[in-house]
Amino acid sequence: MTKQVQQLDRVIIRFAGDSGDGMQLTGDRFTAETAEFGNDVSTLPNFPAEIRAPAGTLPGVSSFQLHFADHDILTPGDAPNVLVAMNPAALKANLGDLPRGADMIVNTDEFTKRNLQKVGYAASPVDDGSLAEWRVHAVPLTSLTVKALEGFDISKKDAERAKNMFALGLLSWLYHRPTEATVKFLQGKFAKKPDIARANIAAFQAGWNYGETTESFSVSYEIKPASLTPGVYRNISGNQALAYGLIAASVQSELPLFLGSYPITPASDILHELSKHKRFGIRTFQAEDEIAGVGAALGAAFGGALGVTTTSGPGVALKAETVGLAVTTELPLIVVDVQRAGPSTGMPTKTEQTDLLMALYGRNGESPVPVIAPATPSDCFAAALEAARIAVKYRTPVMLLSDGYLANGSEPWRLPEIDDLPDLRVEFTTQPNGDDGETYLPFKRDPRTLARPWAVPGTPGLEHRIGGIEKADGSGNISYDPDNHDLMVRLRQGKIDGIARDIPALEVDDPDRDARVLVLGWGSTYGPIAAAVRRVRRAGGKVAQAHLRHLNPLPANTGEVLRSYDKVLLPEINLGQLALLLRARFLVDIISYNRVRGLPFKAEELAGVIQDVIDSE
Amino acid sequence: MSDIATNGLRYVTPNGGTGLTLVPRTDEKQTLKDFKSDQEVRWCPGCGDYAILAAVQGFLPELGLRRENIVFVSGIGCSSRFPYYLNTYGFHSIHGRAPAIATGLAASRPDLSVWVITGDGDALSIGGNHLIHALRRNVNLNILLFNNRIYGLTKGQYSPTSEVGKITKSTPMGSLDRPFNPISLALGAEASFVARTLDSDRKHLQSVLREAAAHRGASLVEIYQNCNIFNDGAFDQMKDPALRDDITLRLEHGLPIVSASKAVRRAANGGIEVVDRASVAEDEILVHDAHNPDPSVAFALSRLDEPAFEHVPLGIFRSVDRPAYDTLMAEQLKEAEGTRGPGVLGDLLHGGDTWRVG
Ligand SMILES: Cc1ncc(C[n+]2csc(CCOP(=O)(O)OP(=O)(O)O)c2C)c(N)n1
Ligand code: SF4
Ligand SMILES: [Mg+2]
Repeated sequence: MTKQVQQLDRVIIRFAGDSGDGMQLTGDRFTAETAEFGNDVSTLPNFPAEIRAPAGTLPGVSSFQLHFADHDILTPGDAPNVLVAMNPAALKANLGDLPRGADMIVNTDEFTKRNLQKVGYAASPVDDGSLAEWRVHAVPLTSLTVKALEGFDISKKDAERAKNMFALGLLSWLYHRPTEATVKFLQGKFAKKPDIARANIAAFQAGWNYGETTESFSVSYEIKPASLTPGVYRNISGNQALAYGLIAASVQSELPLFLGSYPITPASDILHELSKHKRFGIRTFQAEDEIAGVGAALGAAFGGALGVTTTSGPGVALKAETVGLAVTTELPLIVVDVQRAGPSTGMPTKTEQTDLLMALYGRNGESPVPVIAPATPSDCFAAALEAARIAVKYRTPVMLLSDGYLANGSEPWRLPEIDDLPDLRVEFTTQPNGDDGETYLPFKRDPRTLARPWAVPGTPGLEHRIGGIEKADGSGNISYDPDNHDLMVRLRQGKIDGIARDIPALEVDDPDRDARVLVLGWGSTYGPIAAAVRRVRRAGGKVAQAHLRHLNPLPANTGEVLRSYDKVLLPEINLGQLALLLRARFLVDIISYNRVRGLPFKAEELAGVIQDVIDSE
Repeated sequence: MSDIATNGLRYVTPNGGTGLTLVPRTDEKQTLKDFKSDQEVRWCPGCGDYAILAAVQGFLPELGLRRENIVFVSGIGCSSRFPYYLNTYGFHSIHGRAPAIATGLAASRPDLSVWVITGDGDALSIGGNHLIHALRRNVNLNILLFNNRIYGLTKGQYSPTSEVGKITKSTPMGSLDRPFNPISLALGAEASFVARTLDSDRKHLQSVLREAAAHRGASLVEIYQNCNIFNDGAFDQMKDPALRDDITLRLEHGLPIVSASKAVRRAANGGIEVVDRASVAEDEILVHDAHNPDPSVAFALSRLDEPAFEHVPLGIFRSVDRPAYDTLMAEQLKEAEGTRGPGVLGDLLHGGDTWRVG
């Protein structure tokens, strides 16, 4: 049977199943194959906070969406073209996102009476005609897998478990993916259980062969490689890129990295990743709580280490007092907040941008800290380096605001040349800096940066005491002098404000320089906003785009940029936190667009919002 | 930076010692004056903290360590002002967090002698969690807990070591909660070194500090400290020449546990008891074994001062060898480096599945 091959420019696939069905792994492998093939790709895992919600129920559904194309893409895609549903719950949970006419591959073996009942289906939607508006491929994935593995020396359960690899094989055939890497991957993953390895590989190959021979798939698809900027690429998630950025910062600053952290979703993977790289001299300390995590990092920074703490919003709340101590003792510290839906425990595995005001103002006293937000998963690498640069140069805690979407999402990353990475070396103070040539003044500042000297214990002659009580300018002695306090408050603020001279100007993308509407964003909304801007422009709309990486201080030209457009639209996954700041600071009538659903924006949705603003001109 | 390859720290202190050598020593003769800072001491006249400060300043020279390699980290409270008065490196931090901050410092800088100064409120209320975890991890710290059984700095509320029924501003009808016994708590947290001493007994205080400093790992030293403003006389029985020799049960490794008139022996119920010294044969008296790996006898000893301070053990309850946290941490770094070589950034970034475009 010869099969038709159709060319596509992009595809969005969503794998959905029970938490125990291995959907994340399936998605990861398809992503790796796709990246290797040379498409541009962007991914969005979506999993429940419960480790094992009851099997077959809606809360137990885990999914993985990926978008790949023959051109550069900016988001994991709005709505899937293909849904792989491993059970009725997965179908029900995802059907609402599936546009009419889209394909779905359904594992009919799991559509038993009991499983259907669990999610409230009276009859199987595959049979009752309710899916008539979609192209349904009913495939008995489980039994086909078990059949393919007859004769293997494994249990029936293990055979059934390999059904995700059967599905992966089928999808790999459908989209002409290369398969060698997955075979190798499975050999490595199950190196200690060769029978299981062989079975999974056989299931994977059986899935591929099934695609080739069955009549339910008459067409397969080709998506040509994308023409990306030349270089060496790897696929990377935000958390991994952030961890690598911290390691790079340690190497580039020649300061040993000390991570103090307490596990919390979605930040834990940074702790896990850094714990693997002890041969870089990295000390990872799993503390008794978030307060101890940041405390230990600050203690290490006092001793001359690159002190880092990683957490999510609830942890930032606990760390606030210690961050204030870092502000006033003027020690370098990197505080990573992988934001998640709040308040309180909120929705741990869902994304949000709701910690901006806490990062900026969530401490007692005048307590300014620089705030930096990466824009894409791979950008977490550069953002971590930038956070370290500022922390070390200005002797200040820096807040790095990632979020759940960046943390778990992934994209191809063009690897930087090591020689191009910034030089972050610092000089510890080793000599007295007082006018008499003998005394050490721990709060005598560099007149340019306003940074204080950093003399670490072990340095003879520079013994000194720091702490949370207000210090006299210069000497660092305890001081309750009113004017000194006023001065120190202003100096600490001035130091952070002055960083504006040391960061890039806000760039505006306005190709024909004739747009009257600017759409502004910060952090992880970059992809959806940029994709929306493309759509609007393709439809003939004029819109400019700018994206803030530095939230504090803001780039020096921010006000000028905002004022040079008739309208400024600011989409945020919060209730308008940055808008509040910009309105107060620049008296610009920002138009906010806010959705707080725990999910990233969709490009289509934003394109509509932008168009509306343009039309209202 | 020649130590990059060998110690995995890429960190060399400015005086040339590496992060993995233990605390560097000096041949220079030091005196008490070398450890006095130029800051005016601001405790209430008569406060027990003065005696402790003088004892510590007088003791530090005998360690023969380079002054720049000594760090005092404190929390918040009257006692926590301590670092300002010592001419070493110091970090006066925030309430209760000193053990956590010191953990980061000690774990990453084994070349430092790190001391934690804390109060009963600082260590056992707000900072209780950090204290027990520093002890169980056996971080190389000397923790001096100034126990005045009151909140001094906030002007006299009851503390987690105040006796039940304590009348204070916040408990006008008497406090309700049972106090912690810091020694029992530390032993329960598997501390490897636990001792108790008294502010006014300089000789004993210094002898305990000597052992604490020599111990590698976490040492907890409870120092009974008089707050003459808000809890005056809390330890008067132990200072009263007419009573103290009868009350104080001296703990000295290898010696029978006795006061002038009392002795400790094994009780019929399996525990221990305090009896009239004249009533027991010498060989019935419990001989102190501070190095016993089983902490249960030390724990039983820690309960003897309950409830009414009729007899109080002073000295080292427990001193056992256990690897220090920083040593174990450094060993892991070395092991990781030894098996796979020091990390190379380019290799790290290019690890995993990569592909080339163009
Ligand atoms: C977060 C925080 N909460 C409360 C306080 C107020 N405070 C300062 S010291 C103290 C208690 C100190 O008692 P203790 O540790 O026994 O020290 P002492 O003054 O008795 O030496 C309190 C409650 C504070 N500084 N910080
Ligand atoms: S209040 Fe008490 S503990 Fe504090 S300085 Fe005065 S006497 Fe000492
Ligand atoms: Mg107290």
